[in-house]
Amino acid sequence: MLVAQVMAECELEVWDCLSAVSDPELDEPITDMEFVQAVEISDDLAVRVDFRLPTYWCSPNFAFLMAFGIRAQVMSLPWVKDMTVTLMDHCLGDEVNEGVNSGRPFHEIFAEQCGGAVLKEVVQTFMAKAYDRRQEAVMLGLRAMGRSDAEIVGMTLGTLRHLNVAGAEAQRQMPRYLEILGVQGLARGDSDPAFPTWDGGRIAAADLPAHLGRLRATRINMEFNGALCRGLGKTRYKEVEIGPDGPTLVDFIAGRVPPRDMPKPGPH
Amino acid sequence: MYKTPDGKEIFVLDGHTHFWDGSPENQSNVHGKQFIDCFYAYHTNLSPEDQLWEKSKFEKYSEEDIYRDLFVDGPDDMAIIQTTVLRDFYKTGFGCLKRANDMAARHPERFIVNGSFDPRDGEKALEYIHWMKETYDISGVKMYTAEWNGDSKGWALNDPAAYKCFELCEKLGIKNIHVHKGPTIIPLSKDAFSVDDVDYAATDFQNLNWIVEHCGLPRLDDFCWIATQETNVYAGLAVAMPFIHSRPRYFGEIMAELLWWVGEDKILFGSDYAIWTPQWLVEKFWAYQIPEDISAERGGVQLTDAVKEKILGLNAAKLYGIDVEAKKKQLAGAPVQIAAE
Repeated sequence: MLVAQVMAECELEVWDCLSAVSDPELDEPITDMEFVQAVEISDDLAVRVDFRLPTYWCSPNFAFLMAFGIRAQVMSLPWVKDMTVTLMDHCLGDEVNEGVNSGRPFHEIFAEQCGGAVLKEVVQTFMAKAYDRRQEAVMLGLRAMGRSDAEIVGMTLGTLRHLNVAGAEAQRQMPRYLEILGVQGLARGDSDPAFPTWDGGRIAAADLPAHLGRLRATRINMEFNGALCRGLGKTRYKEVEIGPDGPTLVDFIAGRVPPRDMPKPGPH
Repeated sequence: MYKTPDGKEIFVLDGHTHFWDGSPENQSNVHGKQFIDCFYAYHTNLSPEDQLWEKSKFEKYSEEDIYRDLFVDGPDDMAIIQTTVLRDFYKTGFGCLKRANDMAARHPERFIVNGSFDPRDGEKALEYIHWMKETYDISGVKMYTAEWNGDSKGWALNDPAAYKCFELCEKLGIKNIHVHKGPTIIPLSKDAFSVDDVDYAATDFQNLNWIVEHCGLPRLDDFCWIATQETNVYAGLAVAMPFIHSRPRYFGEIMAELLWWVGEDKILFGSDYAIWTPQWLVEKFWAYQIPEDISAERGGVQLTDAVKEKILGLNAAKLYGIDVEAKKKQLAGAPVQIAAE
């Protein structure tokens, strides 16, 4: 009984730490995207994590980043003795799984498998996009509160920290924005400007509309991926069923259709 | 012909349609299965509920299906068939130039069938381009740079071998180069959806028209920047269109960006049939207005009736040298026929 309870707690810990891994292109936690299919812990405290992406064709470099992110997060739990990451149903699944579980340095495998891409640069590219998206959400929240452009660009980190921004998206992104500011060293002290550019520059009040235009473009791209990925992930392996009374067309988005391989409930 | 609620007749040239065979019998391997499965997921994910097809019909639909869905039930006057071969995945090709032409021969006044080639075939690609021109008199091609070919997992428009092919296209008058730049994933470049190669190719081949399908999404900003610099770069709306149903505000943001940067004369409607059918897309598009706040952020751009008419058909007609008035007369003399089934 006690063992079962400890194991359940361990499993929760694993799920918790997996929420720190984001899809690099969407800047959304892989657990929110429902990419993680299974977490298993063996008696000798080896962890297995299975994950699956929305399509067979999802970009392998993102798959590598997520697989290694999963490995790093899980291995950072003090009780974990060993771990295996498995990417399921992907066109380069074997390469990803072999790479992530080989124990070789990530940057080597990444360069080998992703056409010589430099890991650090790829990570930075996606961090910049994530930064823009989070910043836009917070700025739009401030605008919705009636703050002027001059007030926004002149705001310090100390002031921003204590504000309750308007709107669900701004509220969701606020802690993530503050986090990335800190991690990137873009603003640390209370007196630092709250809205530097990704390069660390300042924005003039007159330039804010153009700046927001650029951030919007980044968001449009990311949302395109996000909308497709969420939907595709949900509809993968599901089919429309045509019943005896003609077409009964089913709402896939609501997930009312069982996956193809599951037994159907009752007589059909 | 789309008839608006107030009775106006709008010429519709559907710039992006397919006549594919993704059936299990034609699949060469798991990749073929996964490819059509992925298309089907797009279909189920972004279609209105009452427009969903069952899987077996989606895998392979008939000559009657495409004619009815586009021209009888659908508002298209003409449609461009884009040939996506994927020969490593399908025995006779996912799209097949011969199969599409055989189908189109029944209604030649309504179809434009575009070819395709793979520059990695070298001399053979050049011979093939000659053959396509002589046999089918093609006026455009569809380029799928993410296509696998042996060990290669993709190519770029500005590869030297590709330039040789485009030189020949220019010489033979194959003017319209449709390029798939959209939600595809392979090759394993560091930014897998890069549209940079369009910039080079469009600069170096000023006499060719470069129609970027799926308007470069999810690299819309990069695409807009390139399209602003190059006068011969166009935006194809396939895959962007269905968002009009599932996320209308988001669709408005895409349209506002395109109208602002690329302009109303360089945007082309495409249903991406059979992933989606044109009837509901055109109906919703005609009824659509960009939300005021989004429009205000982009200089007040709006989808007026005149702009919509350009996007739905007039822009593509210009690229393909179609005299719209003459075409309307011709089609009026050959109304759609409902096949006896």
